[in-house]
Amino acid sequence: MALEIVNACIGCHACEPLCPNRAITAVMKSGQPLFAIDANKCTECLGDHELPQCAEICPIEGAIVDEYGEPLNPPGSLTGIPFALFEQIREAECHR
Amino acid sequence: MELPVISNAAIPNSGCRSGATADRGALAHLPDHIRVRVQDHPCYSEEAHHYFARMHVAVAPACNIQCNYCNRKYDCSNESRPGVVSELLTPEQAVKKTLAVAAAIPQMTVLGIAGPGDPLANPERTFATFRMLSAQAPDIRLCVSTNGLSLPDAVEELARHNIDHVTITINCVDPEIGARIYPWIFWNKRRIRGVEGARILIEQQQKGLEMLAARGMLVKVNSVMIPGVNDEHLQDVSKIVKAKGAFLHNVMPLIAQASHGTYYGLTGQREPTQFELQALQDVCAGDMAMMRHCRQCRADAVGLLGEDRGEEFTLDKIDAMEIDYGAAMAERARVREAITAELEMKRALKAVPKFEEAATREETTTRNLRVAVATKGGGLVNEHFGHAREFLIYEAGPGECRFLGHRKCTPYCMGDESCGDGETVLGQIIAALEGVEVVLASKIGFEPWNGLESAGIRPNGEHAMEPIEEAIRMVYDEMAAAGKLDTVVVDTVARAA
Ligand code: SF4
Ligand code: SF4
Repeated sequence: MALEIVNACIGCHACEPLCPNRAITAVMKSGQPLFAIDANKCTECLGDHELPQCAEICPIEGAIVDEYGEPLNPPGSLTGIPFALFEQIREAECHR
Repeated sequence: MELPVISNAAIPNSGCRSGATADRGALAHLPDHIRVRVQDHPCYSEEAHHYFARMHVAVAPACNIQCNYCNRKYDCSNESRPGVVSELLTPEQAVKKTLAVAAAIPQMTVLGIAGPGDPLANPERTFATFRMLSAQAPDIRLCVSTNGLSLPDAVEELARHNIDHVTITINCVDPEIGARIYPWIFWNKRRIRGVEGARILIEQQQKGLEMLAARGMLVKVNSVMIPGVNDEHLQDVSKIVKAKGAFLHNVMPLIAQASHGTYYGLTGQREPTQFELQALQDVCAGDMAMMRHCRQCRADAVGLLGEDRGEEFTLDKIDAMEIDYGAAMAERARVREAITAELEMKRALKAVPKFEEAATREETTTRNLRVAVATKGGGLVNEHFGHAREFLIYEAGPGECRFLGHRKCTPYCMGDESCGDGETVLGQIIAALEGVEVVLASKIGFEPWNGLESAGIRPNGEHAMEPIEEAIRMVYDEMAAAGKLDTVVVDTVARAA
């Protein structure tokens, strides 16, 4: 039972200090998500907090998923942006 | 002799006090000890920002709230909105960068931490930076900006590091309005949404403001003007934050383009026009000093306001620099003294003779005139129209002129031969100059000249390299003498039609 950080992570550091098990660390390898959860350490915060802390603070929809790959913060749940506009967002992503 | 406070409704006939001295006027309600602390601060003083430089370092990535005008996927160097940075620094790197910049730009007086997240949501990184800097460059002043949620918990520590400028972004004092600006906050180990989240945020902001004021720390309040959401409400915000001890209220326009991927941008929330912004700033300034020249710098901006030199100080470039820190600090002290002396002299010169002149103008009936000025700084008309990235807007009356604010634009000519998009860009510039009747620049090309004229704006290149307020005064007097500014105005009516 563990959560996982996927590619959508922007590396904002918000989750890292909140983990009661110090399961979250920055990853310095290209092609991998910027932060990672050590599945052996993550308890989904059981016994420490009512809610998984990383997923509670994470500002990015879809960045943290459960063991079935389901995002804890699905699209639209944090920004309130209607689904129809997500296409536009994808175009808005900044390519240098 | 004390200068009178600038009134906002009508311009009193008290002598020309544009730009520089307008600051004094705008800050006149402050106790002396506070005014002395802010008048040389590049972010607070229109006058000082031409001379002193400030920089922000991006050490604080995490945030504890979501705002509808922010997209947390901030890593984009094409942007120049607040909260947007391309190089996240560790505290050690930030200190290194600050010392390098302060050695290369001896006018550096202020270091701020503003983001890209919330500095107080990253207390270890923020305070480590401040601690090291206070030890290694005690002459550099420190500032921090925050959304206020963690502020009450941080006041104690802020006071310990002797950080005397804190900026709180307060967009509302009503949780119902807050719910339309902040979708959620992270509080007590959970995400809290809607009105409840906004209520907690507002409480924390107000409490933090009071705690800082009680300790005698300078507090500035920033507000983002969101048409239809908080635009009218901000007048109440202004009154309340002033009553609680903020020394300055800075109303900034919402920046919301669909391409930014923010909630507001994508849902079509419109930005205020420059005109609406100024109107609100005028109303709010009746309650307290307003900061008009805010350029909404990026969170890692370096240099004099409006002039970003960040490119010169990337980490690898800094590593290659050889710096004598002691000599740099001595040089800063010398430069600072020279600038302070110059500012003092300017203030003294302006304060004296204009009052007599004002007496003779008592009976004038000419109306006010808005003038846009292209300048590189130093208080002079010294920028080509085509190169200007922003225009300073002044309002001149029969007796005085005052600085209203700046308007950003894409330069008409980006420097290449063709000036490719000239025509559309000119249209945007003209739109940004809404309400302006005269443009002063050191030089104005033939094509934009014609474009401005047909839009009813008078281009004027006759005052190149002259001090801004003197140039405006001459233009005003000339137009007044020609009867173009008589109170019954045909000119503006014709233009509006
Ligand atoms: S769910 Fe809890 S334990 Fe697991 S990584 Fe997130 S914060 Fe750590
Ligand atoms: S809070 Fe979310 S976006 Fe930020 S580092 Fe953690 S997983 Fe990544």
